[in-house]
Amino acid sequence: MTTRTADSGDPQATASTADSAPEADTVLDVRGLRMRYGTNDVLHDVNFTAARGEILALLGPNGAGKTTTIEILEGFRMRSAGEVTVLGADPAKGDERWRAGLGVVLQSWRDHGKWRVRELLQHLGEYYAPYSTDRIERPWNADDLVAAVGLTEHAHKKIMSLSGGQRRRLDVAIGIVGRPEVLFLDEPTVGFDPEARREFHDLVHRLADDQTTILLTTHDLDEAEKLADRILILAGGRIIADGSADELSRRMSTEAEVRWSRDGQRFVHTSTESTRFVRELFEQYGDSVADLEVRLASLEDTYMAMVHQYEAGNAEAAAREFEEVSR
Amino acid sequence: MNTTFSAVRPGIRRGLIELRQLFTTGQELFGQFFWPVVMIVVMIFLRDNTLEGVPIDLGTFALPSVLGMNLGFTGLIYLAQLLAVEREDGTLLRAKAVPNGMTGYLIGKIVTVSGSILIGILIVLVPGLFLFDGLALDTVGAWLTLTWVLLLGLVATLPIGAVIGSLLKSPRSLGLLMLPMMGLIAVSGIFYPISAMPDWLQVVGQLSPIYWLGLGMRSALLPDQAVLAEIGESWRHLETVGVLGIWAVVGLTLAPVVLRRMARRESGSTVAARRERAMQRVG
Repeated sequence: MTTRTADSGDPQATASTADSAPEADTVLDVRGLRMRYGTNDVLHDVNFTAARGEILALLGPNGAGKTTTIEILEGFRMRSAGEVTVLGADPAKGDERWRAGLGVVLQSWRDHGKWRVRELLQHLGEYYAPYSTDRIERPWNADDLVAAVGLTEHAHKKIMSLSGGQRRRLDVAIGIVGRPEVLFLDEPTVGFDPEARREFHDLVHRLADDQTTILLTTHDLDEAEKLADRILILAGGRIIADGSADELSRRMSTEAEVRWSRDGQRFVHTSTESTRFVRELFEQYGDSVADLEVRLASLEDTYMAMVHQYEAGNAEAAAREFEEVSR
Repeated sequence: MNTTFSAVRPGIRRGLIELRQLFTTGQELFGQFFWPVVMIVVMIFLRDNTLEGVPIDLGTFALPSVLGMNLGFTGLIYLAQLLAVEREDGTLLRAKAVPNGMTGYLIGKIVTVSGSILIGILIVLVPGLFLFDGLALDTVGAWLTLTWVLLLGLVATLPIGAVIGSLLKSPRSLGLLMLPMMGLIAVSGIFYPISAMPDWLQVVGQLSPIYWLGLGMRSALLPDQAVLAEIGESWRHLETVGVLGIWAVVGLTLAPVVLRRMARRESGSTVAARRERAMQRVG
């Protein structure tokens, strides 16, 4: 898809297309979402939107509320407050037609062990047949789907005989059998080997090309960077950052690491203005500079910096509050 | 309305696929045949005992009673067990993620359990007809009685089974139910006429659907004179319909409420939490 390659080069383009998108193309709209268990607020004030065909990655430390957020959007969990719209409807009141537009990738454990791979996909697909539209033909043909997730040679095997990785592919296949308009994936690639992971990424991109909106949670920052158009960082029950990987690292203006060698000696320097530093380096030493490397902050660095900054900010705020009270 | 109805066909197909799995998987096959075979052997030994004042032996008395017991027991426990197991392993959550999936799932379960009950009855009845010559299944009336007792039995027990299954915390809690179930069977006059028991046990036994299913089956399969061994020397069809009907109404009233409540609670994290608990037990 051409727009995606353009997006990663020019973050400004992403923002402007998202802004100019018509209202009807907003697939997910979350405003002021709150979730409280007893007296404990898991989500305070979560706000984000997603346009048709967009891939969003929800990142955050354990316990940040990623799974809770995704389950509220799936309609599997009631929220405490806030406005949530998925495909134009409130998930708490979504009917079966609404449900047919959703795909949920669940983590299998040992369900349907005696079923065969193709048999189960064929069966689950039948439920979607009444919900075909002019634009979307439902369900996905079972043989094509088995091929799309790379399980053709296992199509007639019993599910209990599949390996862990094959089972996860089947989970993905079950999630997309109804050709969903919006797909939710909670930690989709846990237990994938690198090849399976790459195939999975290709599949996700193909789905997004077909205008499927995708929201996934992950711990793998590299995956988020490769897959997502937009990254949401959830910490302390709030979205603390929302943008492409590039935008996020620019906003944080983290330091870059410059490595070089001169006269057989190796040097390392960190700088927020690496370009100017390198120019000065050459002005000073000219051709004797060798093995030059400039490593920009990775998404991981940015992410860690943001979460730390947020937690530190919280701690300061808490300390201020405490001082005021004790005064 | 139209789309909910569309879950009927996939639901029935689901039931038939799972029924086929019951009879093509080694371990399941063993489970399907083990108890019927044990029952037949027990009844063969009971053949040598006669019942006082009734022209049939105890084995012949026990055969239809056992059919009624199997029907009642399986209807109450098997569906409950499947619901508990499949809630834990995430089958139910999968159904919930699919449009009309819960309806289809339930229809499937009803088909599988009813089919397995029907086949279970045949496994005992067919050899029984050759082994016990006191059985009288040679009239249209007898077959009709067998049919309505069977259908009413399913309607009376399956919804209660669904309620039990929805309320169970885990498949392990099913063990706690086994003891009272065994007790219920013991006072239901399956292997010996209930009329020989103390009065208060007769009262308890007559609350149980298993007693009435046994009685209904005996009325279908035994010769007319066998009625002398029953309470009031009558087959009491009206009372049978009444008691089983009450069980059916109670079950059908409670089941939708309880099932809906159970379904509402399912989500990825509840299944994950249950998996963790179950794994701790295994590992």
